[in-house]
Amino acid sequence: MNETPTRAPLRPAAATRRIDPRAFALPLALLALWWLLTAGGWVDTRLIVPPGNVLRVAARTLGDPVFWQGVLFSVARDAGGFAAGALGGVALGSALGASRLAERLIGPSFHTLRQISLFAWLPLLSSWLGYGELSKLVFIALSTLYPVALGTFEGVRGVTLEHLDVARVYRFSRSQLLFRLILPAAAPQIATGLTLGLVYAWVATIGSEFLLANWGNGLGNIIIKGRAAFNVELIIVGMLAIGAIGTSLNRIAARVEARALRWQRPPT
Amino acid sequence: MAQAGTLDIRNLSKQYRVQGEPLSVLDAISLSIEPGEFVSIVGSSGCGKSTLLRLIIGLEGDYKGEILLDGQHVVGTSLDRGIVFQEHRLFPWLTVEQNIAVGVLNAPGSDAAKKRAVQEHIALVGLKGFETAYPHQLSGGMSQRVAIARALVNRPEVLLLDEPFGALDALTRGHLQQELERIWRTEGITAILVTHDVEEAVVLGDRVIVMQPRPGRIKRIVDVPLARSRDRGAAAFMAIKDDVLSEFGGVPPLEAINPSIVLQRDISDWHFSR
Repeated sequence: MNETPTRAPLRPAAATRRIDPRAFALPLALLALWWLLTAGGWVDTRLIVPPGNVLRVAARTLGDPVFWQGVLFSVARDAGGFAAGALGGVALGSALGASRLAERLIGPSFHTLRQISLFAWLPLLSSWLGYGELSKLVFIALSTLYPVALGTFEGVRGVTLEHLDVARVYRFSRSQLLFRLILPAAAPQIATGLTLGLVYAWVATIGSEFLLANWGNGLGNIIIKGRAAFNVELIIVGMLAIGAIGTSLNRIAARVEARALRWQRPPT
Repeated sequence: MAQAGTLDIRNLSKQYRVQGEPLSVLDAISLSIEPGEFVSIVGSSGCGKSTLLRLIIGLEGDYKGEILLDGQHVVGTSLDRGIVFQEHRLFPWLTVEQNIAVGVLNAPGSDAAKKRAVQEHIALVGLKGFETAYPHQLSGGMSQRVAIARALVNRPEVLLLDEPFGALDALTRGHLQQELERIWRTEGITAILVTHDVEEAVVLGDRVIVMQPRPGRIKRIVDVPLARSRDRGAAAFMAIKDDVLSEFGGVPPLEAINPSIVLQRDISDWHFSR
């Protein structure tokens, strides 16, 4: 044999890589500073509450079914809005990327609307749809739509003429072209868009619960209740919960992405 | 065994429009290829040899003249004609066997028969054990084997090869040339190989079509009546190779005209001084 039949190892899932313990240094330092400031009595402990109090409130909150109900509502809201926005984003991005006509007709409007801050949509949404579930979902979906559509657009535009030749030689139908060439070829950029969309969706979920507040269920509402009762501990617990859930969602997404894109050449 | 096809090209011309001006790429090409024949096409870059293949495979249209496969006009692409490009053009998200299966995706037949055909062709190109590897895990030569299997798996009548080994190193290229000859004989298929490598053209072709550029046309057709597998060192082989080579260059080496030139060389002629 003149060729050496080598088979490079598959890329190790980036998501499973261990975190460097040094990453904990900064949070621990801040925690120590916080504790020092409150224990030493240098600050107004009604505003900057001692860490111990937060821990106590956290323990109580974690044992409260109302909190878990809020988490469930927020995550469900996030998932629903994200799914709708992701689907719409992939469809819109594919159309813009694949069809010159679609890009000419819709492209300029899309790029102009993109310039409007998402939160600027809220007054309009609440006027039209009220403060209920639907307007929250629409807002989350809209937040997801932009990054996903942009990623998909980039990916679809990156499909090479060489691969299109192959599709023509093997007489791909339109749906084969979409599902067997265009979408898989665009998958890395779509994945980037989806990961970004997931971050935006979670921000929008909490944002919608603050700004379209209707005393319903959700993590955002727990924080609002905390503020109404001037319960700073509860506000901080809510914030930590939001951060923890957002991080978990992203880690799950990174794992899914690494699994779906395992065909890629490992980064060198 | 695949049924080999007869390819008839009659008075084929092709023009491109470059900045509004017509540019003739192919001019009055006529060529008849027998079933099961192996034809090599050589020519310098710009002689339209790749365009000729793209017309035969059906990736380009809008030509004058006729292209007939078994008496039928060629319209668009068809599973009767397979092609291997210079780059392997595999889908990086599919494994070896999935990439080869792309070739039978729209072919008639049961899924079981297709699966069998894929496995047979993996064996044919010598890639058993690599069924589930991804393209990035393969060397250039192995990727090109997969591309050959993909082109052959639906049993086309004609196999077109567009400089398939051009990007490979010399050792791998020689090895794959042998393999291609073996596969061509096994499948009994009509093959057209476009190359810029004269030796490759003579090793593999029953005939060598020499093309010249601007506009692309056939300059000469050289028969290669040598038994296979051919010995590249044999005098008869070298004679045919030199004959084909003499169609290029046009200008023989200066030393051949005036040996005294050799004596006048100075350091500026040294290769590395440029």
